[in-house]
Amino acid sequence: MKIVVAIKQVPDRDAPVRIAADEKWIEERELQWAMNEPDAYALEEALQLKEKHGGEVIVLSAGPERVGSTIREALAKGADRAIHIVCDELGAGAGGGLRNFDALGVARLLAEAIKPESPDLVLTGLQSEDLGLCQTGVILAELLGLPHSTLILHVEKTDAGLKVKRELEEGWFQSIEMPLPAVLAMQSGGNKLRYATLMGIKRAKTKELRAVNAAELGVQAGAVVTLEQISAPKKQKSTQMLGGSAKEAATALVEKLKTEARVL
Amino acid sequence: MSVLLVLEESGGKIKRASWEALAAAHRLAPAQEITAVVIGAETDALAAEAAAKPLGKVVRVEHPLLKTYTADGFSIALHQLIRNQSDTKWVVFPHTYQVRDYAPALACRMGEVLIGDVTGIEDGPVFTRQLMQGRLNGSYRHSGNGPCFVSVQAGAFRADSVETQVNAAPAPIELFTPALEPAQIRTAPSEPFRESAQTVDLGSAQRIVSVGRGIKGAENLPLIEALAGALGAELAASRPICDNGWMPMERQVGSSGQTVAPKLYVAVGISGAIQHLVGMKGSQCIVAINKDPDAPIFEVADYGIAGDLFEVVPALTEAVKAGR
Repeated sequence: MKIVVAIKQVPDRDAPVRIAADEKWIEERELQWAMNEPDAYALEEALQLKEKHGGEVIVLSAGPERVGSTIREALAKGADRAIHIVCDELGAGAGGGLRNFDALGVARLLAEAIKPESPDLVLTGLQSEDLGLCQTGVILAELLGLPHSTLILHVEKTDAGLKVKRELEEGWFQSIEMPLPAVLAMQSGGNKLRYATLMGIKRAKTKELRAVNAAELGVQAGAVVTLEQISAPKKQKSTQMLGGSAKEAATALVEKLKTEARVL
Repeated sequence: MSVLLVLEESGGKIKRASWEALAAAHRLAPAQEITAVVIGAETDALAAEAAAKPLGKVVRVEHPLLKTYTADGFSIALHQLIRNQSDTKWVVFPHTYQVRDYAPALACRMGEVLIGDVTGIEDGPVFTRQLMQGRLNGSYRHSGNGPCFVSVQAGAFRADSVETQVNAAPAPIELFTPALEPAQIRTAPSEPFRESAQTVDLGSAQRIVSVGRGIKGAENLPLIEALAGALGAELAASRPICDNGWMPMERQVGSSGQTVAPKLYVAVGISGAIQHLVGMKGSQCIVAINKDPDAPIFEVADYGIAGDLFEVVPALTEAVKAGR
């Protein structure tokens, strides 16, 4: 099976986020970056399918230069080769930064890079940890004219195509059968994620990493939906923060739970 | 009619999240300009339920191939309906798992982009949605000819503002039959199933101690168990803990797990992504312990301790024991 996995580099979950001066995005300088976790699960599923059925795993990611480190990580974990859609934040030219595109624009870039590969299966994570749009996989399927499903925990290859396990709300699941080629948006938690081995990291350096300039893909920048401003959320409740040492805070909390909240 | 509101049902009743989406639709247009859409193979009862709400009309999108949800069936049928109702400016949905599965494709079909998981609508209209796992808010605006597609986060708008109108005449109901062929539906879904019988009913627990990523490893769970023991509380967890197999799935609180509303909910090392918050924000008293003072969990907490859980939790266990 030839599988393309679309992955995104996002700010590391533990990295502190600060709103940039223009209030349109976060301050990216000195930020630490990581592979979007649902995408790591998509990669894991792809690698396991390849181990069972043979074939090739191609990693695809769009973004500026820094995205290369996340692509290398995917190659080190076992992907065979990679395509980097280079889209510099400050870059001149038709492409410009990814922020000039909405969800549809980004999916168009990815779709244009996927089409010449004619894969059997395209996997993405369900959502990104930064923008959280939850749409890339579904739009990709529409642009590529392929069937899709989302919130997938497990993929099984059948004679007719695929049988997947889809998560529903409140602890329910369903199976879905579909023909190949197809697009799946993977939910987290279906597999155990692997770590890159030392050997894998070494091998990654020799694997093909093809850079494609976003401007070459013929996708017009522009957006029907724009993020105009970001801000810190307003508190929904007035939270009493308890300070002091751990012991002082704990003692104060128990007192308040007894006398104020009356839940102890 | 300027708003098409796509209602979702479960077990033959319109879901509460659909009425929250109606409340959101009221921010975009007067009730008379809202058309509610029910979709399926037999929709008469659903349509009657919707017609009693404050809205202009109800359209039944009905076809035998819409009996079970498929992304293809729903996208094709709703696309035909929207093209048929050419004065539609807004298409509004509840942000359910099902809507996430097809609404982005439906919007794409019309060259549009869904503004998903909206928590607020201000004048403009400017749509608010969460970024960075709830740590920031983003303000979004739509441009172009539209229609503009919007899905509404569960719990963000109040369903009780759109109560059934007892004395008013029901809204008129129309039937729309989409043209659908079996070959257009490329996926074959099974009946829903559960993995195993749920043996833990967190829904009836009075006190819950819930743990998240901050615990770092399964070997640290005894710390949390000790606190739960001292409080006489049930143990629960956020999704990543169950994904890692550190706690059974049936103890997961959140949109993909159980919804709880105990008297006391102690969230330890949980940042408070919306998927978790929807499962516990109805709790009577919420305590949050997290090292990041900006973690979104503190926005819903009554009491917060910004500190290292490895110091705070043992101290709290001792304080609870000492306070008896």
